[in-house]
Amino acid sequence: MESGWAAAMSSLDFSTTIGNTWFPAPTFTASGCASSGRELAQFFPLRDMGGVVTKSVMSKVRNGRPTPRMAETPSGMLNSIGLQGPGIDAFIAKDIPYLVEQKARIIVSIAGETAEEYSTLARKLRTVSGISAIEVNISCPNVENRGLVFACDPEASRRVIDGVRRTIGGELPIIAKLSPDVTDLVSIARGVVDAGADGLALINTVLGMVINVDTMRPHLGGKTGGLSGPAIRPIAVRAVYQVHAALPNVPILGMGGVSSGKDALEMILAGASGVSIGTASFGNPTAIMKIQNELKQLLLDRGFTSLKQAIGYAHRPESENIHE
Amino acid sequence: MSQINRSAQQLLAPIISNKKVGQYHQIIVNVGDLASNCKPGNFVAINVGGDTSSMILRRAFAISRVSVSATFGGTMELIVAPHGQGSKWLCAQGEGVVLDIVAPLGTAFGIPTEAVSVLLVGGGYGSAPLFGLAEVLNARGCRVDMLLGASTASKIYAPMEGKRAVNSIRIYTEDGTMGQMGRVTDPIPEIINDLDVAVVYSCGPMAMLSAITKITDSLSVVHQCAVEEAMACGIGVCMTCVLPVRNDDGSVAMLRSCIDGPVMDGSKVQWSQVGQQL
Repeated sequence: MESGWAAAMSSLDFSTTIGNTWFPAPTFTASGCASSGRELAQFFPLRDMGGVVTKSVMSKVRNGRPTPRMAETPSGMLNSIGLQGPGIDAFIAKDIPYLVEQKARIIVSIAGETAEEYSTLARKLRTVSGISAIEVNISCPNVENRGLVFACDPEASRRVIDGVRRTIGGELPIIAKLSPDVTDLVSIARGVVDAGADGLALINTVLGMVINVDTMRPHLGGKTGGLSGPAIRPIAVRAVYQVHAALPNVPILGMGGVSSGKDALEMILAGASGVSIGTASFGNPTAIMKIQNELKQLLLDRGFTSLKQAIGYAHRPESENIHE
Repeated sequence: MSQINRSAQQLLAPIISNKKVGQYHQIIVNVGDLASNCKPGNFVAINVGGDTSSMILRRAFAISRVSVSATFGGTMELIVAPHGQGSKWLCAQGEGVVLDIVAPLGTAFGIPTEAVSVLLVGGGYGSAPLFGLAEVLNARGCRVDMLLGASTASKIYAPMEGKRAVNSIRIYTEDGTMGQMGRVTDPIPEIINDLDVAVVYSCGPMAMLSAITKITDSLSVVHQCAVEEAMACGIGVCMTCVLPVRNDDGSVAMLRSCIDGPVMDGSKVQWSQVGQQL
C-alpha cells in the first residue's frame, strides 16, 4: 500500500500555472479564510500546499464591521468581517517575511475603496520579493457602500485592473477576484482580462442575510453578509464553467464550498487551474491537506497523468476520452 | 513571536461517558497525552452532526477539567448545555462515539506566583471551568472562594466533588430558587475587601463580566475573565469572534477571542463598545 501509493504519486504531475507562475500543487487557501497563514502552520507545513492567498489587505489599519459577524446557515455560513486588517505596511513588514521563512508560495490579495488605492497597494508590493502573484479583490461584499463592489460594474472593474497592471508592469501575475452576484459574469471577466488580468478567482461569497426571529432584526452587525460553504458550490461550478467556456486560455482559481477532493475535481473539470479552500478550513484545520490527497487519488483513478489534462475536461464532447 | 495555536492538535477522541447533570451534560472524552497540554481557560473545538451534517462549523466548549487515570489515560471533561442544534447533537452522543476535536485552543487563566486570596465568579454553566481552575489555585496555596449565579436553580452547575478545592461557595439565583435571591455580582465588593482578594476570575455571560469589571476597575484587583463570542473556526482564521480591546498605547483594536482570548484582562475589554462600529 505504502510503496504503491508513493509510486502512483510519482506518476502524476500535480503542478499548475497561473500567468507565468508555476505552483507544485493546485491547492490554495482562499483570501479572508486563512489570515496570513500563521494560524494554520501548527496543523501542516504551509509549503505543502500550492500557496497561501492572504487575507485582502488595504492601505490602512481597518477595524472591520461590528459583531455579530457570523451566522451558520444550512451547509454554509454568512460572514460580515468588513476587511479587518493591519494595513499594507504592517503586512509587508510582518506577514510576508514569515511566509517566506516558511517557504510558502504567496499570493497577496489587495482591496481598496478607490481604483487609486489598488494602484497604491500594487506599487508597495512591486518591490517586495517572495510574492508569486497578486489577487485583486474587487468583489468583497462587506463594504459599507455596495457601490464600492467594483466587480458588479464592468467599467469600474476594468479601471481597477488597468491601474494595477500599469503600476505593477509585467512582473507579477494579476488575478482578479470576481463576484457571482452579477447579471453577466462572462462580460465582466472578459473586461478584466482585456485590462490586463492574467487569471481570475471565482467566486467571492454570495450576498445574503439572516433575520433573528427573536429580536426580529437582522442577525449580523453589518446586516448583510457573504454566504460561503458547500451551499454555494453549484453556483461556483457554474461560474467557472461559463467563464472557462468563454475564455478557455485564462487560468481560473476556483472556489466556493470546496470541502473534499471530489469537490476540487469538480472545479478542475469545470475549468479551474487551481482551487482555493476557505470555509472548509474553519471546520477542519487540515482540510487543505485532505483535499489535496483525495484530489491526487481521484485524478489517478480516472487515468490522468497530469492535473493539466483534467482542466476543463467537462467541456469536451462525450466521445472524447482521456487517452485521445 | 510565539506561534499561534502552538499546543493544538486535531484528534479523534472517543466519548467515555455522557451523564445528565441538572440541565447540563457532563461529557468525558479520552484524549490521551493531549490532556497534559490543557490548562484552565483553554477550549476545545468539536465537529458536530456527523459526516453528512449540514452543520459545517465546529462548536467551541470550555474544557472544564482534565485528568489522567490508570484506566483511561488522559481525559477531558466538558459541561455542555443542549441549547442549539450542535450542542444538542453532542449531548445525544453516547459512550464509544468518536469525536473529531481540536484542542487545546486559546489563552489560559494566569496563575499567581504567590499564594494570594482569589475569588472565582461563575454565571450559569460558565462555572464549569472554574472548578478545574480552583484545583490548580488550591495547589498553588491560594485561598479560593467562589460565587455562582444563574437565573434559576436548575441552571446552577456546582458538582459535589468540585467543592473540595474551594474555601467557600455562595450561590445566587435571580428567582431565589437556590441560595440567596439576587445577582452574583452583589457581594463582590464586600468579599474583595474582607478577604483581601488579589485576583478575580470569571466565566459567564458578557453582562456579568462587564459588571464585574465595573467593580474591579475602582479597586486594585486583577480581573481575568473568559469571554464567549460566536466563532466559526476557533483557530484564528475567520475573524468573526472579535472584541474591542484597549492596547497599551490607548488605541482600541478588534481582537480575536479565540487566540487573544478566551481569557482576557477584563479591564482592557471595552465592554460598552461590544457590537459597535469602531
